[in-house]
Amino acid sequence: MVHQYKLNGFNIVLDSCSGAIHVVDDVAYDIIAMFKTATPDEIVSAIMAKYGSRPDVNEAEIRECMHDVRELEMTGQLWMPDTFAPMAGTLKERAGDVVKALCLHVAHTCNLTCAYCFASQGKYHGERALMSFETGKRALDYLVEHSGARRNLEVDFFGGEPLMNWDVVKRLVAYARSIEKEKGKNFRFTLTTNGMLIDDDVIGFCNREMSNVVLSLDGRKEIHDRLRVDASGRGSYDRIVPKFQKLVEARGGRNYYMRGTFTHANPDFFADVMHMADLGFTELSMEPVVCAPDDPAALTPEDIVVVKGEYERLAVEMLKRRREGRPITFYHYMLDLEEGPCIYKRISGCGSGTEYMAVTPWGDLYPCHQFVGEEKWKLGDIWQGVTNSALREEFRACNAYARPECNDCWARLWCSGGCAANAMHATGSIRGVYGPGCELFKKRIECAIMMKAAEDAEQD
Amino acid sequence: MTRIKTLKTRDLCASAKKGGCGECQTACKTSVANQKCEN
Repeated sequence: MVHQYKLNGFNIVLDSCSGAIHVVDDVAYDIIAMFKTATPDEIVSAIMAKYGSRPDVNEAEIRECMHDVRELEMTGQLWMPDTFAPMAGTLKERAGDVVKALCLHVAHTCNLTCAYCFASQGKYHGERALMSFETGKRALDYLVEHSGARRNLEVDFFGGEPLMNWDVVKRLVAYARSIEKEKGKNFRFTLTTNGMLIDDDVIGFCNREMSNVVLSLDGRKEIHDRLRVDASGRGSYDRIVPKFQKLVEARGGRNYYMRGTFTHANPDFFADVMHMADLGFTELSMEPVVCAPDDPAALTPEDIVVVKGEYERLAVEMLKRRREGRPITFYHYMLDLEEGPCIYKRISGCGSGTEYMAVTPWGDLYPCHQFVGEEKWKLGDIWQGVTNSALREEFRACNAYARPECNDCWARLWCSGGCAANAMHATGSIRGVYGPGCELFKKRIECAIMMKAAEDAEQD
Repeated sequence: MTRIKTLKTRDLCASAKKGGCGECQTACKTSVANQKCEN
């Protein structure tokens, strides 16, 4: 399948199944668009009628370009047939019951009461709770026991607010470090925090032990403080920004992400990303809110149009800043075209419910952090393992080829089936298709690839 | 003249022969294409 689009002065042609990306001129763009539906003579006539006044366009040139297009087809770089469908699910089947990543909910409590929190202010629709060291230790042992031959194991300290159980976090990291050599494993720890409790001890420890920290900031003060408030209703912006700046500076400005959420209140999120850049932050991630469609924070169809325009503005601005020697990164624009994910990973998706699970403070296992709090999504616990094997099989079958609606989508091998939790929240099914989410994803990929085309053009 | 520039990209068909080790990483916490291969 071929997808063509024009953005920021670039004509881009994507071949979905080979992964090939072509940057073409107007003539080639139109030839490719007609190649499967018109005869060569019809193509020549149409191109001459449209571009014949250009000095570099004549019949010989057009036929030469058609020859080049045919060559790309013959070498599997255009209209490559989809031969991957039989592989769908094989990575997960081959992996068996291997687990490689856990999201440890060390605190089901929070010192903020953000209105849009999917975790209902950190309590996940339940009681406040802190994970004990013994439960966390058992979770780490469970991960090692079920990791098979995988060497890289990932543990994210999550909540609620994980810094409200900071001593346990430090003890769990120390325990993992004490066993990783003997077990032949490499633990990569990450921490997601609202920043309220960051102090010198947190900064020092994170910079020694956390391979990445995710810092929650929604951008402009008035946007952030509208929803991210404490129990008294007071905004948190002024208290957390200096702490984030200190932490990031101590990390050398690397291995962190400022992670914002945009809602119906700020579909013009470009201004929030720029505000974070103005604060000195360069590693940025801004995500659409995840909530029910009737939630006041939910993005409307009108918002989606605005957001797509903002993604384009952001891509153009990032290119400008890079040329000026003051680059910023945006998580969803980070594509590695040559060393990116293999076809198995692209088909199988994020691994939620199979190789990636969330652990509650009392040791229950859920498919990922966004399913915690609803008993029907419980997979088992860290003592008995996965006991709801039917649910695990449901997640194992969730891959890029699981939805008939995606059969004609050019982005299927880029989105890998998308986020099961987003689909569930929006449609009630992990195999649902959340149309607005698809639209935004496709726009992000188009922008990210355009940026690659621009970088390539600048190097020529 | 060259009207088509093909960017260097990973060959997905070739990756079917050597991929699938599962060592790659599982930022945003709410939403694969952005990952790097660690095989």
